[in-house]
Amino acid sequence: MLLTILLAPTLGALALLALRDDQHAWVRRIAVIATSVPLLGALYLATHYDVARGGYQHEVFVPWVASLGIGFHLGVDGISTMLVLLHALCGFTGVLVSYSIKERVKEYYLFYLFLITGVFGVFLSLDLFFFYFFYEMAVIPMFPLIGIWGSDVKEGGKVRYSKEYATMKLTIYLTLGAVVALVGLLWLYVSTGARTFDLPALQQALAARPLDASLQRWLFPLLLIGFGVIAPMWPLHSWSPIGHAAAPSAVSMLHAGVLMKLGSYAIIRLPMTLLPAGAQFWLPWLASLCVMNIIYGGFVAMSQRDLKLIIGYSSSSHMGYVLLGLACLTPVALDGAVLLMFAHGLMTALAFALIGYFYEQTHTRYLPDLGGLAHQMPFIATCGVIAAMASSGLPGFANFVAELLIFLGGWDRYPVQIICGVFGVVITAVYMLRVVRGTFFGPALPAFAHTRDARSAFERLPYLVLVIALMVVGCWPRPFLQMIDASARPLIEHIMPVLPLAAPAEALH
Amino acid sequence: MVMLAWTILLAPLAAAGLVWLVGIHRKPLASSAAILGLLIAFGCALQLFLAGRSGALILPLETNFAWIALPGLTIQFGVLIDPLSLLMTLVVTGVGSAIFIYATGYMHDDAAYSRFFGVLSLFAFSMLTIVLATNWVQLFMGWELVGFSSYLLIGHWYAKPAAAEAGKKAFIVNRVADFGFMLGILMLWAYSSADPAQRTFNFLQLEHAGLVHGAMPVLIGLLLFCGPVGKSAQFPLHVWLPDAMEGPTPVSALIHAATMVAAGVYLLCRAFWLFEGLPEVMTVIMWVGGVTAFLAAGLALVENDLKRILAYSTLSQLGYMVMALGLGGRTAGMYHLTTHAFFKALLFLAAGSVIHGTHEQDIRKLGGLWHDMRWTSLTFLIGALALCGIPPLSGFFSKEAILTVAFARNPALFSLGVLTAGLTAFYTGRAWFVAFTGKARGHHGHESPPVMLIPLFVLAALSIVGGFLGLPALIASGVHGAAAPHGGAGHAGGLLVMAVSIAVVAIGLGLAWLLYGKQVVLPGQVARALALPTSFVEQRYYIDELYSWYVLHVQQRYIARSCEWVEQRVIIDGLVGGITALTRWLGFTVRLLQTGRVQAYVLVFLVGIVWLLTSALH
Repeated sequence: MLLTILLAPTLGALALLALRDDQHAWVRRIAVIATSVPLLGALYLATHYDVARGGYQHEVFVPWVASLGIGFHLGVDGISTMLVLLHALCGFTGVLVSYSIKERVKEYYLFYLFLITGVFGVFLSLDLFFFYFFYEMAVIPMFPLIGIWGSDVKEGGKVRYSKEYATMKLTIYLTLGAVVALVGLLWLYVSTGARTFDLPALQQALAARPLDASLQRWLFPLLLIGFGVIAPMWPLHSWSPIGHAAAPSAVSMLHAGVLMKLGSYAIIRLPMTLLPAGAQFWLPWLASLCVMNIIYGGFVAMSQRDLKLIIGYSSSSHMGYVLLGLACLTPVALDGAVLLMFAHGLMTALAFALIGYFYEQTHTRYLPDLGGLAHQMPFIATCGVIAAMASSGLPGFANFVAELLIFLGGWDRYPVQIICGVFGVVITAVYMLRVVRGTFFGPALPAFAHTRDARSAFERLPYLVLVIALMVVGCWPRPFLQMIDASARPLIEHIMPVLPLAAPAEALH
Repeated sequence: MVMLAWTILLAPLAAAGLVWLVGIHRKPLASSAAILGLLIAFGCALQLFLAGRSGALILPLETNFAWIALPGLTIQFGVLIDPLSLLMTLVVTGVGSAIFIYATGYMHDDAAYSRFFGVLSLFAFSMLTIVLATNWVQLFMGWELVGFSSYLLIGHWYAKPAAAEAGKKAFIVNRVADFGFMLGILMLWAYSSADPAQRTFNFLQLEHAGLVHGAMPVLIGLLLFCGPVGKSAQFPLHVWLPDAMEGPTPVSALIHAATMVAAGVYLLCRAFWLFEGLPEVMTVIMWVGGVTAFLAAGLALVENDLKRILAYSTLSQLGYMVMALGLGGRTAGMYHLTTHAFFKALLFLAAGSVIHGTHEQDIRKLGGLWHDMRWTSLTFLIGALALCGIPPLSGFFSKEAILTVAFARNPALFSLGVLTAGLTAFYTGRAWFVAFTGKARGHHGHESPPVMLIPLFVLAALSIVGGFLGLPALIASGVHGAAAPHGGAGHAGGLLVMAVSIAVVAIGLGLAWLLYGKQVVLPGQVARALALPTSFVEQRYYIDELYSWYVLHVQQRYIARSCEWVEQRVIIDGLVGGITALTRWLGFTVRLLQTGRVQAYVLVFLVGIVWLLTSALH
């Protein structure tokens, strides 16, 4: 099953090579198949994860370079199952949204499918070598995708950031981060002495003979910062909003929806799993740093006027909640963080898809130029309100559940940071409602009289898929949370063997 | 019985789902589904109520399922039926049904008719989620969802910039309040048990067990009170309610008068055990309520928009209820909530009928409606008299109950309450005399269709008999454990209060008649004579100005802009640009080695060889 998920987009990409450049219809059909197969697979995984057993499941293992301890090892636990599902949803809807791409269609889908493969690879790999390989494979296609098919960020007719600037910046940042992480990974490999890149084997080896605490303290920040760049951790976030803004819709969707989650996923999977003493030492710092993400990112989003920049900064603000959930080191908060990765991914993919939809017709996403689009596009406006409300944490959407769990789980540990987090929800409501008001409401503008709504079921499909997924998880989160918890709880118990409790007090009657 | 209880909650939800999935282009289906859903809920609530009366059902009835079930954290979703929630359910579904039926007439020609009923059903579900909630998280979910439905309904005519802005304002102001409310819920949960695994959100369990020591209960109480301050539009977060009148009138009647804004008061009743034990918090609550009641009544004096007059009046009456609760008068507050739902919904619907008939809502441009719209005028009059507290209409009894409590507990608030009663009578009289009596000023209305009039009659009947339904006994029966008889000012005190308040109301009405009915002095002259206070009130005490100054000049200009500046100058130009510059400088420096002259390379090569050889020889 895992191989099918991983190979379907790769095979799709190879099949594209066999086509002529002008066979656009076939290119698109293949892309749809290559992403819908993993979606079905992800749904299968989500429904067939054995919560009672826990741990890594559906494993695939092929030995490769035995002398170095490298093997092709795939497997999922509750956390990665959730993220595979997220990525499958975003990848599938992204292909549908990309139907509007008209130039160099074949090359576009080729890079797109490589990107999809890379991200699936990261979520599925249980071998550090392949983990890193797929991680780079996910980052590199972004460069041409933004540089060729992207758009400049304009304000008031003037170019504020060119797409070339955006794509250079993004690639350099992410590659630098990856190099820092690579140093950390190699150091870790050498210092364990187990001569294996296999994650479960490393876990066992380190459980039997943990690394020296001071060494863990050196290794942890390398991995945290290396992967934190893509998360994006403040103040290393500045590549992300600009990158989102310049990318074509489907790439923004994947980028904000899934790529950022690679960072937080990698932090959970590698440094937190392998370096418990390092995590105990460094995560309190992270807890304070991500308050900057939340509050500062929110205020910067408030002062933006390009819609994609607003959503971009809002993503870096909301990823602050994910990092806060990780940093709390309680099972409930970690459950919330993982669920928020899922929820935020879907919400932000929805937002970028919608912006892309009307940008194509209005040719502007500069807030002061927009208005009254609900008259021409009631369906898109409805989805826009839904995205804004999901983002502001309205009950009924998965984002609410996730944020609630982070607040509940983190309260005992970091009350001040949690208070700031709750305040961040107010900031989100302010800029999100401003976007809805400025884009969809108000009198109909004559400049946009020609625009049309998404009418056919096919055009509406990507939006409906994302909205329904957000609502299903938001209304009935129990099974999903149980799946996440099956993996999150053992991890936290591994890092914090004994939870320090507040001194018990006698009950007041 | 459990099935009945769930049906109350699920019928409106099913209706909302039906409208959104299949009814969005089928007008008759949309409105019938919405009305039917709410009527079913009303029927179920009534049946439960009768069963409770006859003793066939033992209250409280609670049923739950686990919505989130993690080790050490369970969050439930359920239905709690006790006298308090039953009464509120009856009000929401009963008054709501009347308003839904009315809306089919009022919104008849609206382009987004189906969407309107879809959101109304969603609202009904959310409101019932609050009312029937068994725990704080469920209540908070309903709380946010009513805010969302309110946002959509205020902005129903989103093409109007004023309506779009008003919806946004309502949502954001409520969010600010909910920041405190959410923290209050978090802290309440955190201190609900000494053992983290035993913590609970459940109302009945909390009430039974109380909080652990060291819980900072005053802080928790104040934070929880933030919720009602936002939702029930208490001073200083009252600013969103008058603007919310941009929504269609049935919305104003249902959400911004009878039910949603009363949710804050309901919440205070629901958690009364907590507030009751905290005198400091009770003091804050009663003064916030009293000040709101008085200030809002002042604002209503100078307002010319019929719906906004009623909105300020709603603020003022909500202030009364909050004050009553702060004074410990749980029964009185809840009693006034119920009667207010009847007569304020009636007033709004009658005002809606006027707007429907004349397309005008400025009272200065109306006049003489009594001749054109006899039934509408009559029902408005009944509502107005109930609002003033004229015996034996329902408003009289509930207002008496509040003033009696105030008289016994706090003379200062009693005087404020009496003064407010006088102002209420004056502005109500003003609206009546200017808009309904005298000569028509340009607008000749036509009477509304029966589908709008019949709900008016029903509500008028309820406003008349609301004082004789035995509501206080019903509410008092809902106090768990030790029954706490409140009020108790003694008979003589009660009579005195009654006499004072009737006299004040008579003075207020009389002055309104002299100024606006008989016109012995022109109102303009009075306004000139009192220029300073008038302008202060006309500018709404400058509170809106203060907020917009904050938003535009502090938040946008200083906070958001300085973050943006840091982002641009420090992080992007400084940090990122600095690293780029460093890299470039390094590149330039290192490039100097690459001279391109072979002789230089050979020289370096030789030096290297010599160095290697010497170090190897050593």
